[in-house]
Amino acid sequence: MLKISNLRKGFAFPEGAGARTPIVSVDAFGLAAGEQLALRGESGSGKTTFLHLIAGILAADQGAIEVAGIDLVGLPEAKRDRIRAEKIGYVFQTFNLLQGYTVEENVGLGMAFGAGLDHSRARHLLERVGLSHRLKHFPRQLSTGQQQRVAVARALANRPRLVLADEPTGNLDRKNAREALALIREVCREHGAALLLVSHDEDTLSQFESVRDFAEINRPSASA
Amino acid sequence: MTLLLIIYRSLRQHALSTVVTAASIALAVGLLMTVWMVRDQSQEAFLTTSKGFDAVLGARGSQLQLVLNAIFHLEASPGNLAWSDYEAIKHHPAVKAAIPIAVGDNLRGFRLVGTIPEMFTITYPEGRRFRLEPGGRSFDPSAKEAVLGSFVADKLGLKVGDTFHPFHGLVYDPKGDQHPDLYTVVGIFQPTNTPDDKVVWIPLHGLQTMTGHDPKTATDVSAVLVQLRSSFAGVMLGITYNRQGNRLTLAYPVPNIISDLFSRISWFDQVLALVAYLVAVVAAGSVLASIYNSMSARRRDLAILRALGAKRRTIFGAIVAEAALIGLIGSLGGFLFYFGLLSAVAEIIRAQTGVVLVLTKWHPILWECPVGMIALCALGGILPAFKAYRTPVAETLAPTS
Repeated sequence: MLKISNLRKGFAFPEGAGARTPIVSVDAFGLAAGEQLALRGESGSGKTTFLHLIAGILAADQGAIEVAGIDLVGLPEAKRDRIRAEKIGYVFQTFNLLQGYTVEENVGLGMAFGAGLDHSRARHLLERVGLSHRLKHFPRQLSTGQQQRVAVARALANRPRLVLADEPTGNLDRKNAREALALIREVCREHGAALLLVSHDEDTLSQFESVRDFAEINRPSASA
Repeated sequence: MTLLLIIYRSLRQHALSTVVTAASIALAVGLLMTVWMVRDQSQEAFLTTSKGFDAVLGARGSQLQLVLNAIFHLEASPGNLAWSDYEAIKHHPAVKAAIPIAVGDNLRGFRLVGTIPEMFTITYPEGRRFRLEPGGRSFDPSAKEAVLGSFVADKLGLKVGDTFHPFHGLVYDPKGDQHPDLYTVVGIFQPTNTPDDKVVWIPLHGLQTMTGHDPKTATDVSAVLVQLRSSFAGVMLGITYNRQGNRLTLAYPVPNIISDLFSRISWFDQVLALVAYLVAVVAAGSVLASIYNSMSARRRDLAILRALGAKRRTIFGAIVAEAALIGLIGSLGGFLFYFGLLSAVAEIIRAQTGVVLVLTKWHPILWECPVGMIALCALGGILPAFKAYRTPVAETLAPTS
């Protein structure tokens, strides 16, 4: 499902006088279809950049990122957008719900740029996460836990092969965090989607059978 | 569908600026369309208001003044001409019909025009004729009777059987002299949509011999309205009266003289058009400014949409389409503004001149202006769309870990 090799990504910071500082340097990484893996990493370790590279939001400097057999590296941005819209779901730490859109529309937009808007699927997913009574509400009218559930439903709206979750429980209390995490894992399992989660929260990580340290995978200092 | 949803939600989120911007566009579109329509329709209406007459014969003076006085019932008469002059042109072989008119009095601001009953048998362009409202009749040339234009009857509230004393002079002065002659309304004409709707028609003899008028001019007329058998006859008569004689003036052809009037005041149209264009440019600029200023607030939403798979060109298209939609909404509002403004202007023109503008008449400006405005707004959306196009997704979707 996901196969990464020799991935490099660096940024030019103002204090670096034009030189690019390596942030992500992953020699090899993979995820099988339906597999669920958690990556442990501290803040600022490059986890989000890593996920952005896999999602095609950022372009890699070099290497290969194969998602469902398609190498994203070297693809033009529009094609990466298309792959993200069709094959990848993304759950953000801050949920990133669109405040001016209803709950149903937020979920609908999760599939709108891929297969197209399907209101019945959006409603079905919201029913699955227990929010069928909140379809026409706006995110600000929901609790934090409910907002996270909308974000989960949206991430699965496009029937993704891979779900990326970036600190998905970072804004939740422990009870809600556990419930949200259980929901993400369960729904991914139901849809046969692989799940790659990054977090620094030990309680979150303890819910996973398979956990790896991001620092073991990512060695930017080695490539500097 | 998705694009429409994005545009709709964006407009809803910025409802106040959307309404204000659309209102400024409505103002621009309404103003532009009104300026064009009033200009073209008033020109057309004035040019076609020759009432079936080809020429006007009057005392020596300006042809324009003669036409304005005899056809549009505006301005003072340049002077009188003798009855023999009327007889001479009436019997000229090139003349099909000659109708004398006399002016000099008014009824509460509406001009009294003395004429002969044959005036009402003349066929206007497009086959229109004077038609009386039911229950009325034309005046008896030897009686003190009057037939009212529809606008006069409406404004003064007069009906068949009512009587009145005319006021002296063309300008109404409530404290001015009122003739002792008592006239009875015997008929009211249906609207002709010409200046004749503002006229009180009385027999020619009645106006000539009105108590207080100089008996020495009792057979004079103010002008003669002429129908010619051919345009060549008009040229020949023009040479006869205007070049060879020095006592009378033949205003011919009537439309050309009116056209000359419009060309003299064309600068005014140009100023109005310039103002309307400026309003349009400012309105399009306000679209640009309102969307551009909202870009900071939208930055995160745009980044989220991009993260969900929206392509840069989708975002670009959504912003341009949103600007165009504001232009469309404004243009639709512009039609309301246009109808309101045009109605008001048309009423003023009708009250002042009797010329009626047709509000529902089609004019290419009615599609050219809205389409142009929508295109201008879309153009105004390009700069903010480009800003949206360049939104960095990863940076905007902070925090990072």
